[in-house]
Amino acid sequence: MSQGDVLAITEQSDNVFRKVTYEALSEGRRIADSMGCGLTAVVLGAGENVAKELGQYGADRILVADNHVLNEYMADAHTNVVADIVSREKPATIIVGASTQGKDMSARLAARINAPLAIDCVDVRIDNGDLLVTRPMYGGKILADIVFDGKPQILAIRPNSMSIAEHAAAGAIEILDVDVGETNLKFIEKKLDTGKIELTEADVVVAGGRGMGGSDFSVIEELADLLGGALGASRSAVDEDWRPLADQVGQTGKVVSPNLYIACGISGAIQHLAGMSSSKVVVAVNKDPEASIFSKADYGIVGDLFEVVPLITEEIRKLVK
Amino acid sequence: MEIIVLLKQVPSTESFIEIAEDEMSIKKDDIKFVINPYDEFAVEEAIRLKETHGGSVTILSAGTDKTVEAIRTALAMGADKGILINDPAIEGCDALGTARILAAVLKDTPFDLIIAGQRAVDDDNFQVGLAVAEFLSIPHISMVIKQEITDGKIRCQRTVEGGSVTLEARLPVLFTTQRGLNEPRYASLPGIMKAKKKPLDIKTLEDIGLDSEKAGKPMTKITAMKFPPERKEGKIIEGESAREKAAALVMALREEARVI
Repeated sequence: MSQGDVLAITEQSDNVFRKVTYEALSEGRRIADSMGCGLTAVVLGAGENVAKELGQYGADRILVADNHVLNEYMADAHTNVVADIVSREKPATIIVGASTQGKDMSARLAARINAPLAIDCVDVRIDNGDLLVTRPMYGGKILADIVFDGKPQILAIRPNSMSIAEHAAAGAIEILDVDVGETNLKFIEKKLDTGKIELTEADVVVAGGRGMGGSDFSVIEELADLLGGALGASRSAVDEDWRPLADQVGQTGKVVSPNLYIACGISGAIQHLAGMSSSKVVVAVNKDPEASIFSKADYGIVGDLFEVVPLITEEIRKLVK
Repeated sequence: MEIIVLLKQVPSTESFIEIAEDEMSIKKDDIKFVINPYDEFAVEEAIRLKETHGGSVTILSAGTDKTVEAIRTALAMGADKGILINDPAIEGCDALGTARILAAVLKDTPFDLIIAGQRAVDDDNFQVGLAVAEFLSIPHISMVIKQEITDGKIRCQRTVEGGSVTLEARLPVLFTTQRGLNEPRYASLPGIMKAKKKPLDIKTLEDIGLDSEKAGKPMTKITAMKFPPERKEGKIIEGESAREKAAALVMALREEARVI
């Protein structure tokens, strides 16, 4: 690797790469092409067979650190290994997906190697050979342009913000011998709700609010399932214990940017709007024609969600058939 | 147990944010400032730990004269003392700069545990707490919804995409909070009265041995702020019946928006 390439840190769980990893690689390729440099991908805690999956997403080289200690994400072991790879490779830019793991690792790494870090980038441009990124602040109420002073610059990109591009050439795989160094964290257990689509990565989100009137979300769940989407909730629905905290969309929950966001019985408090207004298409169903959610919606239906949503589901089912 | 809480004062989440004339910062005059909601969970958890294990809770913040209000609120909730680093240079700091300042204070302060918010809801950086842990060479566990301390070890359950992971580490540790950890208490009137007499140390960067010119120099710099693009005027779907509206919506999503 020549001095100043792009290094993409990938993320896999049980040998499956996260969608944001493909987005980070694709964006890394675009940066490398604009800068006239190479793109190297790093795979941690998985073997060559898994690394091959990354082949056609633009990496010139794929470095594989298949140490069993890295199988589960551990902040200290992962940071130690990535910092070591960074000191060997000397990249100018590091790109990572802003997942829970990506944010955690990049924050610790930035402090370790004294590097500037921008988390949740939604846009990357190159201005006179320098990177200029845009990231939301104040829960998405503001977009800020950021420049970096110092190398390597670290970009954690927000899931669902960058497009995935495939490339013909597959990168060459190199197996690395890595030292995980001193670790102080002990893994106890992992509990995953398998088969559930992650809210921040979903293409479609159907969310329910106070208008749901109770914990029975089956009417919107059916629509979400049909569209292959995820279920979301407003803060009031979560505060009422109708849905788990993990489903909360908003300034103190998750920020989502799916292709389609369907808000059902959500009035549209400013904190909720901040969490979903970067969605590409927004649909609102609400009884109250004055609900502020309608000001952020591309399409609105004024009506009872328990009547309207099943009909939407039915109409879509007709199309699918 | 000596517990440190890292605290930031931020605009309340219901604030309408306006961009200042310089187009690089926000207007602060008419905004209500509060304790960062994630830091409020940290204060609450620290007080509960003190109630169980004994010891004291120290609130540490880098800010301005105004930040005193937020620290006093935390003291009124039940924290024991506050340290505020108040220096004009802090305004220009990025996350790493702020973390370096907080870590400089903690180098000379004994502690068993540091609790911080997972992020501040103004900058949304997710960085300061973890960088403080790195500068102090202690382990961190982020996004914690449950913790338990026994025999000098802490076991934390943290949220990850689609579930949770439980980790354990020997103290001292820094952990960051996630919604679900607790319900923060309100400050009681006697609490507010008592808070006025609790110690609050206010120091400048020079007082803690940092060069304000160097400490305030950011590596990530905001060059412009803008509002997210306005959505075009939305369309209210009209129709004689709910079925007609539903059918028209599905047609629009298919033919016009092309998202299904």
